[in-house]
Amino acid sequence: MAFLFDIKRYSINDGPGVRITVFFKGCPLSCRWCHNPESISCRTEKLYNKNKCIGCGNCIAECPEHALTLSAGEGVVTDFSACVLCGQCVEVCPAKAVEMSGRCFTEEEIMDTILKETHIMDNSGGGVTFSGGEPLMHQKELKQLLIRCGKSGIHRAVDTSGYVQCTIMEEILHYADLFLYDLKHMNSEKHRYWTGVNNDLILKNLRLISDHDKEYQIRIPLIEGVNCDDNNIRETLFFLDGLKNRPTVVGLLPYHNIAVKKFEKLGKRYLENGMQKPSEDRVGRICDLFKQNGFNVNIGG
Amino acid sequence: MFEEFNTINDVTDQIPARPGMNDRIRALREESVSTPTTLSIERALIETSFYKLNEGKYSIPMMRAMNFMEICEKKQIYIGEQELIVGERGEKPKAVYTFPELTCHSEEDLNVLNTREKQRYLISDEDIEAYQREVIPYWTGRSQRDRIFSRVPGEWKVAYESGLFTEFMEQRAPGHTCLDGKIYKKGMLDFKKEIEESIGKLDYFNDPEATDKEEQLRAMSLSCDALIRLGERHAEKAEEMAKQEKNPERVQELIRIAEVCRWVPAHAPRNFREAIQMYWFVHLAVITELNGWDSFNPGHFDQHLAPFYEADIKNGLLTREEAKELLCCFWIKVNNQPAPPKVGITANESGTYNDFTNINIGGVRADGSDGVNEVSYIMLEVIEELHILQPGNSVHISSVTPNRFLHAAINVIRKGHGYPSLFNPDVYIQEMLRSGKSLQDAREGGCSGCIEVGAFGKEAYLLTGYLNVPKILEVTLFNGIDPVTGRKVGIETGDPRHFTSYDKLYEAFYRQLEYIINLKIKVNHYIDRMYARYFPATFLSVITDDCIKKGRDYYNGGPRYNTTYIQCTGLGTITDALSSIKTHVYENKSVSMDLMLHAISDNFKGEEVLRQRILNYTPFFGNDDNKADDIAVRVYNDLFALIDGRPNGKEGGKYHLNMLSTTCHNYFGNVMGASANGRLAGKAISDGTSPSHGADTQGPTAVIRSLGKLDQVKSGGTLLNLRFLPGLLRGDENVAKLGSLIRSYFALGGHHVQFNIVDNATLLAARKNPEDYRDLLVRVAGYSDYFNDLHENLKQEIIDRTENSAF
Repeated sequence: MAFLFDIKRYSINDGPGVRITVFFKGCPLSCRWCHNPESISCRTEKLYNKNKCIGCGNCIAECPEHALTLSAGEGVVTDFSACVLCGQCVEVCPAKAVEMSGRCFTEEEIMDTILKETHIMDNSGGGVTFSGGEPLMHQKELKQLLIRCGKSGIHRAVDTSGYVQCTIMEEILHYADLFLYDLKHMNSEKHRYWTGVNNDLILKNLRLISDHDKEYQIRIPLIEGVNCDDNNIRETLFFLDGLKNRPTVVGLLPYHNIAVKKFEKLGKRYLENGMQKPSEDRVGRICDLFKQNGFNVNIGG
Repeated sequence: MFEEFNTINDVTDQIPARPGMNDRIRALREESVSTPTTLSIERALIETSFYKLNEGKYSIPMMRAMNFMEICEKKQIYIGEQELIVGERGEKPKAVYTFPELTCHSEEDLNVLNTREKQRYLISDEDIEAYQREVIPYWTGRSQRDRIFSRVPGEWKVAYESGLFTEFMEQRAPGHTCLDGKIYKKGMLDFKKEIEESIGKLDYFNDPEATDKEEQLRAMSLSCDALIRLGERHAEKAEEMAKQEKNPERVQELIRIAEVCRWVPAHAPRNFREAIQMYWFVHLAVITELNGWDSFNPGHFDQHLAPFYEADIKNGLLTREEAKELLCCFWIKVNNQPAPPKVGITANESGTYNDFTNINIGGVRADGSDGVNEVSYIMLEVIEELHILQPGNSVHISSVTPNRFLHAAINVIRKGHGYPSLFNPDVYIQEMLRSGKSLQDAREGGCSGCIEVGAFGKEAYLLTGYLNVPKILEVTLFNGIDPVTGRKVGIETGDPRHFTSYDKLYEAFYRQLEYIINLKIKVNHYIDRMYARYFPATFLSVITDDCIKKGRDYYNGGPRYNTTYIQCTGLGTITDALSSIKTHVYENKSVSMDLMLHAISDNFKGEEVLRQRILNYTPFFGNDDNKADDIAVRVYNDLFALIDGRPNGKEGGKYHLNMLSTTCHNYFGNVMGASANGRLAGKAISDGTSPSHGADTQGPTAVIRSLGKLDQVKSGGTLLNLRFLPGLLRGDENVAKLGSLIRSYFALGGHHVQFNIVDNATLLAARKNPEDYRDLLVRVAGYSDYFNDLHENLKQEIIDRTENSAF
């Protein structure tokens, strides 16, 4: 059984070709800009979409904990101190305005869905991407799925933060064909400030992947106010340059505050804290820097 | 989708960028696009005075051919400034003829056409007066439409008026065919020779039809003369204009036009330019003789032109640029011919200027090899640069077609004009083999109109009208009564509140379906015979095998293959409606049939909770969910069983299933109340074989897998619309990814797919009515998401962004 929050078909931004992306739930990082905030917690979470809500009040009447109230402007508000995540509100919602994020999928269920995409994966040179959350937190399930996909001849990518024990990385890397690897900040302190963890393990594991001649792509979210300064970019370049093998692609992902709504759905507030969209100029300059150093760059990955 | 957008900015002194490769093409295009569509009464006047004088004097085929000759002899000849390819149906570009012998427009019709908001046809008061004086009195009661409606049975009329089906042939001639390569090898004089030989072989002693056949063949021969005369008159006009012309360059061009028109259509073309002009004369003949549905079509035009192109290039007679210019001229010529105006219900279901010429590009050759050639690529450039409404065009992607061509086509598709559409020869060739064509004829065939397959140059494949399948369920649910009008339109199949199982309901639906299809076929036969008897297409018969050999008309079993299609519309809606009843009434038992019927009758008033539950908890078609897809397969197979293989009375000809909707799904939705899948009253039903709007939420790969479960080889065409935002197609990499989606669908047995690369208008509508656009995928920032799921600000941002990336 694997704990997932989504499986997305026709995924065109998670590695080569057209892919199917399997999203594990649970992540050791809590990046402030996280696009999938529902991926962070290892537990089931309740999502509420005000736009879909028709205000029928079914959920309020049904809630055994009396945790729900109707509020003008905000729709149905959950008192999370009372909510026990029993899911009865989901059952009675006709509009799917309330959903539970995260459930256990059997290996068979996941493989059946993946294999449905055989034609498009074959035709596009695509495959499966295990993402998250942090897929390596689910070592056992991930390994099983990687082996099963390998036997079916499916190209396997693992999209990781790299924040995992080296022994786990060492084991998993034998079963993956490609790593999509995030580099968020080279300064460990700043890394901890923005993501909740320092970057030692992350850099160590990247070196491990490179030393094992495994193909990998680097993904860098470009956030003005966080990591776009020349210093950090220079250090990133320096680090990548020192690795045994280079990444096949460096993907630069300019920041957007697209996660606002998802935070709202979770009943959480999004704290921008000075994070800003980088200017086109800035993105262009960073792109040029990588190119000048001989990297294959992709903007908006 | 094809609205012209204003690029002229009077503030800047810059010359506005007008589409076109050079001044000539820019000017011709501009004229074609900006000239308003007008009605020309020229043909009606010539025809009426001819009939007044000659009615009853000659056999019917001879009357038709003489009438055609009269038009070719008397019509005004138009050669526009800068034109290289010449010939207009009317007196000038965008002047559309009427065909009073088929449908005689009333004075009121003409006034409506002249003043209505959309698809206007301008006509002067003098012309309306002349029409009223000369044309209307003669044809009233004599026109095909008057005759049809005076004789059809009452139960047909009531079903027709309720919108259970439409009737193509009630005001336009059954047309719908394409040409093969014969006119590039034979001129009209060659055809005349063949006709004489056929007359020589007639057996007057044993064949009771011999005399009729002779009349038909002589009429066909006269039709060849008529077209030759039309060519000569263009030559004469060009020579006359050359004498008046001051510009020496234009003098040379006019002399060249005269030379070309002195040679074709009488003789087979000798070069690239003559080949195009040859086709154009033939096209004009077909659309002047009668107003057959779906205009006319050169079929695999790139393949037919390739030998001329290659020879001319090799011999230094033509450059690539000149070839492209000639093709642009041709393209504009087609755009100059809007569809003849329709009236009544047909105007509701088909409100467009588009006359559905669909040029097939790429595909396979008669020997199965790749048909893509340099002309194919030039055509893609022409499409991209001109972006005009007509001609429609499609690329044909077989497993032997190179990716380079597919990607070149996607690069045009992503410009967002909605074309070219994509077809799969590997499947449609099987479709034709299944319906009895030879391998070579099948490979030389293709798709025309929207998505209909046929053996080009050898087949009459008549569309007879759309079938409103979801409404047949509606009528079943109300035991034969149309709940919208309260009229009895079907048979009594029982009160569904007493049905004990889903199968009982389905059985009732099946019986209703059978009744309506039989009603349709019965009247089809009647109308079909009326065309065979009263309106032989003596010119079209010349160029369609084997009419000359058989001595029979195109409408009378003359062609080698004779197919009749009924186009079944709304597979997505019917599937989802049945799935909803199956799930909620019979499986979960959460809704009683009584409540469901009330909710439908009241357009879900006061039942929004129920409607939401249906929308969110019903397996819908297009999500790769067998619970829904099995229903779609069952309905599809039953439509096939009820239609396919039934005789159409023409030389062994048969009925086959077709699944297109064109714009009829809007009309059909208009005449319906709410449906069990949560669709509100009056809203469009699903188009072609696409999922219901907004029902597919699992992305395009799930859609193609659902569609792939239909055995599409059993049909004469299916239709899939997919919507994408331009951002999803940015960059070569994503072009290749879309290419692989297309290849995957075709590997799963798909017949056709087309892409809407959505524009701002759609995005704005999506923001206003999110429920209708649940399937709209947008590229956000490094990833893709459903538009509906985005934050309001981000929606706005995407709206702002897209405009730039779209054009």
